[in-house]
Amino acid sequence: MDVKVELPVTEKAKISVRNLNFYYGSFHALKRINLDIPDKKVTAFIGPSGCGKSTLLRTFNRMFELYPEQRAEGEILVDGENILKSKQDVSLVRAKIGMVFQKPTPFPMSIYDNIAFGVRLFETLPRVEMDERVEWALKKAALWNEVKDKLNQSGSGLSGGQQQRLCIARGIAIKPEVLLLDEPCSALDPISTGKIEELIHELKTDYTVVIVTHNMQQAARCSDYTAYMYLGDLIEFGVTSDLFMKPKKKDTEDYITGRFG
Amino acid sequence: MNTVTTTSSSAAPAPSPLQAGRLAKARARRRVNAVALTLSMAAMAFGLFWLIWILVETFRLGLGGLTWSVLTEMTPAPQAEVGGLANALFGSLLIVTLATFVGTPVGVLAGIYLAEYGQKTWLGSVTRFINDILLSAPSIVIGLFIYAVVVARFKTYSGWAGVLALALIVIPVVIRTTENMLSLIPNALREAAYALGTPKWRVISSVTLKAARAGVMTGVLLAFARIAGETAPLLFTALSNQFWSANLAGPMANLPVTIFKFAMSPYENWQKLAWAGVFLITLGVLALNIFARVVFRNKH
Repeated sequence: MDVKVELPVTEKAKISVRNLNFYYGSFHALKRINLDIPDKKVTAFIGPSGCGKSTLLRTFNRMFELYPEQRAEGEILVDGENILKSKQDVSLVRAKIGMVFQKPTPFPMSIYDNIAFGVRLFETLPRVEMDERVEWALKKAALWNEVKDKLNQSGSGLSGGQQQRLCIARGIAIKPEVLLLDEPCSALDPISTGKIEELIHELKTDYTVVIVTHNMQQAARCSDYTAYMYLGDLIEFGVTSDLFMKPKKKDTEDYITGRFG
Repeated sequence: MNTVTTTSSSAAPAPSPLQAGRLAKARARRRVNAVALTLSMAAMAFGLFWLIWILVETFRLGLGGLTWSVLTEMTPAPQAEVGGLANALFGSLLIVTLATFVGTPVGVLAGIYLAEYGQKTWLGSVTRFINDILLSAPSIVIGLFIYAVVVARFKTYSGWAGVLALALIVIPVVIRTTENMLSLIPNALREAAYALGTPKWRVISSVTLKAARAGVMTGVLLAFARIAGETAPLLFTALSNQFWSANLAGPMANLPVTIFKFAMSPYENWQKLAWAGVFLITLGVLALNIFARVVFRNKH
């Protein structure tokens, strides 16, 4: 299915997906996706389970390459450069495009080292600057006040919501340009979810954020643009308020009004 | 009277056919549950009975022969007045520790290969299969193998041969535990590390292996405990030595072979020392098992 995806002229595309097909073995999971992700905005992917929204997200940092039976065809242009074809080192692509997962995944090390781990991969900082960077990332993720006195304790001792903000801080610490969030709140309680949604709102001043969510209210609350996907097709894409208030497609309307899915 | 019964039965109406069926099912389930529970309790009691008997006998006979001189004196001549197991204890500790140090790196590296690189490869499956065979190989076979390739070639029994034989027992155990423990680490953790742009070797060394370290350490400790009591491989390799020796190039005293030799002898002082040795080895293995479980319990 081909969907016209034109961003308003005021927006600049950070990621452009062109004729993207994706396969799990012989299963055709994404069908000719064309999409522009606007720079420094929050874009949400919604759709019923199995529609390919997470799959699409995982192509943006080539995460699928960990699994030999998965493959992507087409182009994903980040700042005009095709990351699927480019000779660029995959670790540099991932340093530029950070990702936070569904379940919090603190590394088996201290809170401080959880943040510093990624930074050390790409930068050699003196101790003082590293301390500053850790503090900066934890403040950005609205976690600093809760952990500043126990930076040497294990990250797995934090609550689920705190762990997830730790993972966001870890992603931010290496200063990516894009942040991919794969259902970041699905394992969290409403209060933690609220904190993370606030955080997403603040993050878009500096980052391009793409969020996959099962929760339509969440998409409506915190995204600027929304893409509705179904069975591997991109059905509709547009400004969030337009898509929710006056969807152009019958399918989209059925889904957002809860008639199916 | 008749009316009273009718009213009471109408107060508790007869169950509907659906409910009656459910009740019958529940009753049958409870019966099956009781039978299964009884059988498994009986099986547990049967196992525990022998284990406790072994422990009681060991403590009863071993504790009697245990004196300070057991730890300080060398193995004595038959019917000597004094004597101990000092040289055997030292030899065992040295051989078993060295075998663990030789076997652990090999086992951990092979386990990493199986869990992180060769899950679905041809080489991985073959390695896993061979490892399973090695894991269940009788230790006497390993002893004879080292006898043939090391002892026979260098024409001497030696502590090193004993170290090699025991290392061959440690390796498959450590491979298996390392692979299992790494496989238990959720892929989400690996993905999270890769998502930061971490190279594979860093993901393994800093994240997955670190997350699995408690399990891997437990495996190493249990392998140590397992080889501490192995007799057959040492009988063909390190043999034994009546005197104190730290020379790994020659025959070395060790606890299991000394116990074997002393227990089979007709001399009373040797038999007493054999029991003391059995007691020490049992206590050591028991302590190590409990230690491994307590120290790494909360990490699983």
